[in-house]
Amino acid sequence: MDSEVTPVHAEITLLVNGTEHRLRVDTRASLLDTLREDLGLTGSKKGCDHGQCGACTVLLDGRRANACLALAVAHDGAEVVTVEGLARDGRLSALQEAFIEQDGFQCGYCTPGQLCSATAVLDEAERGWPSAVTEDLRGDPVLDDDEIRERMSGNLCRCGAYTGIVKAVGEAARKTQAEEAKA
Amino acid sequence: MTDRLEGREKVTGAARYAYEYPLDDPAYAAAVQSTIAKGEITEVHADAALRIPGVLAVLSCENAPHLHEVPDAELALFQSRTVSYRGQFVAMVVAETLDIAREAARHVRVDYVSEPFDARLSADDPRLYKPDTVNPVFPADTEQGDPEGAFNGSAVRVDATYTTPAEHNNPMEPHTTAARWNDDGTLTLYDSTQGSSPTQEIVAQVFGLDRTHVRVISPHVGGGFGSKGTPRPNVVLAAMAAGAVGRPVKFAVPRQQMFATTGYRTPTIQRFRLGADADGTLNSIIHEVFEQSSTLTEFAEQTATPTRVVYQAANRRTSHRLARLDVPTPSWMRAPGETPGMFALESAMDELAFAAGVDPVELRIRNDTDREPESGLPFSSRNLVACLREGADRFGWEHRDAAPGGHWEGRKLVGMGVAASTYPAYMRPNKATARADEDGTFTVRIAAADIGTGARTALTLIAAEALKADADRVTVEIGDSSLPEATVAGGSAGTASWGTAVVRACESLRGKMNGSVPPGGLEASADTAAELDARDEYARHAFGAQFTEVEVDADTGEVRVRRMLGVFAAGRIINPKTARSQFIGGMTMGIGMALMEESVMDPRFGDYVNRDLAQYHVPACADVRDVDAAWVEESDPHLNPMGSKGIGEIGIVGAAASVANAVHHATGVRVRDLPITPARLLPLL
Repeated sequence: MDSEVTPVHAEITLLVNGTEHRLRVDTRASLLDTLREDLGLTGSKKGCDHGQCGACTVLLDGRRANACLALAVAHDGAEVVTVEGLARDGRLSALQEAFIEQDGFQCGYCTPGQLCSATAVLDEAERGWPSAVTEDLRGDPVLDDDEIRERMSGNLCRCGAYTGIVKAVGEAARKTQAEEAKA
Repeated sequence: MTDRLEGREKVTGAARYAYEYPLDDPAYAAAVQSTIAKGEITEVHADAALRIPGVLAVLSCENAPHLHEVPDAELALFQSRTVSYRGQFVAMVVAETLDIAREAARHVRVDYVSEPFDARLSADDPRLYKPDTVNPVFPADTEQGDPEGAFNGSAVRVDATYTTPAEHNNPMEPHTTAARWNDDGTLTLYDSTQGSSPTQEIVAQVFGLDRTHVRVISPHVGGGFGSKGTPRPNVVLAAMAAGAVGRPVKFAVPRQQMFATTGYRTPTIQRFRLGADADGTLNSIIHEVFEQSSTLTEFAEQTATPTRVVYQAANRRTSHRLARLDVPTPSWMRAPGETPGMFALESAMDELAFAAGVDPVELRIRNDTDREPESGLPFSSRNLVACLREGADRFGWEHRDAAPGGHWEGRKLVGMGVAASTYPAYMRPNKATARADEDGTFTVRIAAADIGTGARTALTLIAAEALKADADRVTVEIGDSSLPEATVAGGSAGTASWGTAVVRACESLRGKMNGSVPPGGLEASADTAAELDARDEYARHAFGAQFTEVEVDADTGEVRVRRMLGVFAAGRIINPKTARSQFIGGMTMGIGMALMEESVMDPRFGDYVNRDLAQYHVPACADVRDVDAAWVEESDPHLNPMGSKGIGEIGIVGAAASVANAVHHATGVRVRDLPITPARLLPLL
């Protein structure tokens, strides 16, 4: 019996969409497989399992991450938000509503990753984080179409719904900013 | 403008795809691919894998159950020791978890006797032959008049060879099946398929079952673009594995393995000869196509068929020659035939326009025809000219300086190109039922598929109109082979074909209802086979015109699409919102074809070297800027009760030529080999 192929397990805790889960995971298991196979949260998708397509994007301790590239065992105690956690009390987020309104998807398989990514994009812009196309690094970046395209380019969509996605993210950004201005 | 009906499920993660159904105690499969391109398996060493805790079974040609032979030899998994291409599935591990299965698959050792092989397509390969037909049943060759003589006697001539590379569909959802054998001997499959009925039929044949003993469930499918149009090895492997271990088994083909096992677009070599009068009027069109299939299965792409449809010319010839190479089996990829064929035709037309000194839009209008050139049939409707005119007007074509090259904006070269699009308006026979309940609701059932096309939404609108009811009172059930039999979501024929069955079932129901619904409800059914047989003979095709503006970085050779507009004539548009997405989605894939998509064959090993999404580039968000689609009103009484033509594929047709023609206009450089990468373009600038 090769010792190298004997599974090694570890106990971890994950806070997923506000619920705490105590889990025993194979130390080889990705966060994505743990979410999908152990917790039944199949909203996060596996498109490539190599961090190349973005369909598995989740918010990991508040930042977007490819769940297929994260080993679950390395994130003991982490807070995870998946697409299932974006709506509050059955109310869709501004982004989710905008994706429907702008038809920002077709087959829907990349959509959970697009939405988690876009949720982080709004937050990153709010924090003033620049992107590769931000011209003025001193001011707050404005999420115009070029900024959105650049920031959303880690999430592939083979159906070619990008034009709708860009409109949806822009619409949600404006709505979120308007609500904040009111508050 | 109706929102996608399953939108809420898709944005909340509730929409379930094949891998995601809760199953009782599932096991997981991982597959092993051949490491040789041609030869025989001498031995499969499974012992090391079987010793790993959690491994349940290793299946290969040494122990696999007998399968029944079906026409697609790709489905004869583990039935012989012969290896036909590198990457072919040769063994499979089933284990308690995916991690164990994957680890164990690495420990399966396969011994081979390797044979010399050839994986390189060339136009002078002595093994090239004329297939009996090209996909699906078109003649391989056609000829009218004296094409060579007319070409030689023409005042303006173009003689050029174009190549398109192998391309992979790469739907975002990998090819996936979860299989369960039930206690009564029936088989349930959660499958990522473009057609639950055809998959049911073929899988039943493979396992020697009565068709009704197989159920295929696929309400949501993560794209396919043709690659899920026929059952692929994953469905057979999952069912075989589930039988072997007596538990449900889940299998998703890893992205890297998809490149060998789930189909691709054949590479093509296309020689075009166009002969015209000085004013650009075509006298002769000669289109010769060379392409490949595997030794396992003959798939002959119908690359020259659009050339038989689009332009007039008294003298014409088309031909297809196929080489059976030691390569993975090519198959359908979005508009097989039209997509590579129209890249070549529309590039050649652009070359002719410059050679004749005729505006490219005007050249196409000048060669329009009111009868299908080769069949002589009248078109049911043909509005290519309207698309060209409307597109030119909207795009600002009149501002285009006719001379190619030298349009500088800083260090960028800027240019505009145009290309025509066409796609047949196919129809296939289907069945549907419609039910009325006392509470005023309706349920329509048909085993159609929504792979992202918006079919569920379109069929609901079609049913509501036929029932004269509000759409929110109509539920359309699709994506399950237990529903009335339906044809594949392919050939852009879904909405037209399924929709006709839906309309007829709804009309029949309304006839029965006579204004009221009795206790227990009412049901009616329809079968459109006879109706389709009785149709008048017309040439039925959708048309379009695509306009592109590119900028080319003179220092790096990078091409960026600034603007792209497609104007289409595709009959009645059922739901503008989802239709627009279909057109734009096709155009976006066309940008990929033009600028980045290329599966690179390594002839030393016999497989595609760029086997993932980091190396096989598809358009990302930043690649797609101002892409828009519009359509001209088209009323066509010869199609179907909706008056619709298909729209799923025409968006990609002509798109790559439109980009390439814009690159020529910008730079004066004609790139005849796709994709137009900086490596290809920069040395020519």
